[in-house]
Amino acid sequence: MNSPSQNGVAIAFREVSYRFSTGVELLNQLNLEVHRGETLVLLGRSGSGKTTTLKLINDLVSPTSGEVYVEGRPTRQWDPIRLRRGIGYVIQDAGLFPHFTVERNISLVPTIEQWPADRIRNRVAELLQLVGLDASLSSRYPRELSGGQRQRVGVARALAADPPILLMDEPFAALDPITRAELQQEFLALQQRLQKTVVFVTHDLREALRLGTRIALMESGRLVTALPPDEFAKSSDPLVRQYLNAFSASANGKREND
Amino acid sequence: MNVFQFFLQNYDEILRVTGEHLWMVAVSILLAVVVGIPLGILITRRPSLNKPILGTANVIQTIPSLALFGFLLPLPWIGARADRLAILALSLYALLPLIRNTYAGIRGVDRSVVEAGRGMGMTDHQLLFQVELPLALGVIIAGVRVATVICVGLATIAAAIGAGGLGEYIFRGLAMVNNQLILAGAIPAAALALLADVSLGWLERRLSPH
Repeated sequence: MNSPSQNGVAIAFREVSYRFSTGVELLNQLNLEVHRGETLVLLGRSGSGKTTTLKLINDLVSPTSGEVYVEGRPTRQWDPIRLRRGIGYVIQDAGLFPHFTVERNISLVPTIEQWPADRIRNRVAELLQLVGLDASLSSRYPRELSGGQRQRVGVARALAADPPILLMDEPFAALDPITRAELQQEFLALQQRLQKTVVFVTHDLREALRLGTRIALMESGRLVTALPPDEFAKSSDPLVRQYLNAFSASANGKREND
Repeated sequence: MNVFQFFLQNYDEILRVTGEHLWMVAVSILLAVVVGIPLGILITRRPSLNKPILGTANVIQTIPSLALFGFLLPLPWIGARADRLAILALSLYALLPLIRNTYAGIRGVDRSVVEAGRGMGMTDHQLLFQVELPLALGVIIAGVRVATVICVGLATIAAAIGAGGLGEYIFRGLAMVNNQLILAGAIPAAALALLADVSLGWLERRLSPH
């Protein structure tokens, strides 16, 4: 349905700034567009403003000035509850409800949207299969799952009501490298099929290069640049270079330590 | 005559007075739950009310119980009967642990869980009843437990204003310098406190989500 050729803008930031009431500035004059069906990776170090940028999209944070448009409408004019139910949200450590079974976790949005019970059951079964989890896990509690399984449940939960937009905040950061690579691979396959508009936050350059159709580098509340991965890797922008160099240095360091 | 004989001879009266005691405590706790839990929820939503509400509940706790009975005496309807007075005083004492634990329980819910719920479009009401309260339940029950144990002990003092309960034996025993009478009040009171502690402790573990 959402073919990438239909190159509409799903999300747009216009001169967006965000400041705490104490005056500390987290985001400065951000201008950015996210196209339908693309995977935009927000890359940057801790405190660069990438998570704030993400939370502006589903109105968990409201801009101090400027406007964030989702599907052409400023978030201020959306009913926040409606807005959020149309946007899938995946966070680090999954944020699953510990007192809900896997099934109830996944069916959260369909349930509060009052889908009929049999439709919910079918959808849960479908989603478990989609994210590569065995149907027998549906009655388990999150504490009975591995980190990778929890994160898959988190992805299934975000996809439950088939939202056109998916926000992912360092979803794989807490996983071991093998599981992370596995989930990245599956994310790519899934995204190929579903063609969602994805905004993906990470500080991991390799993850960004691997998953992004475009990489937006952020540094102390400003957008440095937004480029496709191949151009990003060749960019001569000093801040991009700094990030690329820091990463290859730490990768070399790791290899020496192994 | 030793204590056992006294218990055997007076067991129906002791049972009646224990029942009275239990009734006072139960009604007080019920009142405190009905008022304290909503107040605890309120201060998680309106942080500006946090200090005044917790502060007031704190100050009430520091008033000596006999003095509190005295303060409440002039109240219309309440002051007319000793048991009403005692129940109000006890529920005021029970308020602090309930408000504090409800607040702490809700604030203690993993922020990422709450944020995930909010981010997926749960309303404040849904978040409270489906996520925050169920996950805080263990801590809230712990507050009920503390409040109940406090009230079982304090209720003995209610006999000083004629509200009945196990305190009657204790005050009579003190007046007559009769240890058996004191024990006739103190032993069941201690047993009640222990029983409340153990059973609510069990409930607390059952209802804790982890």
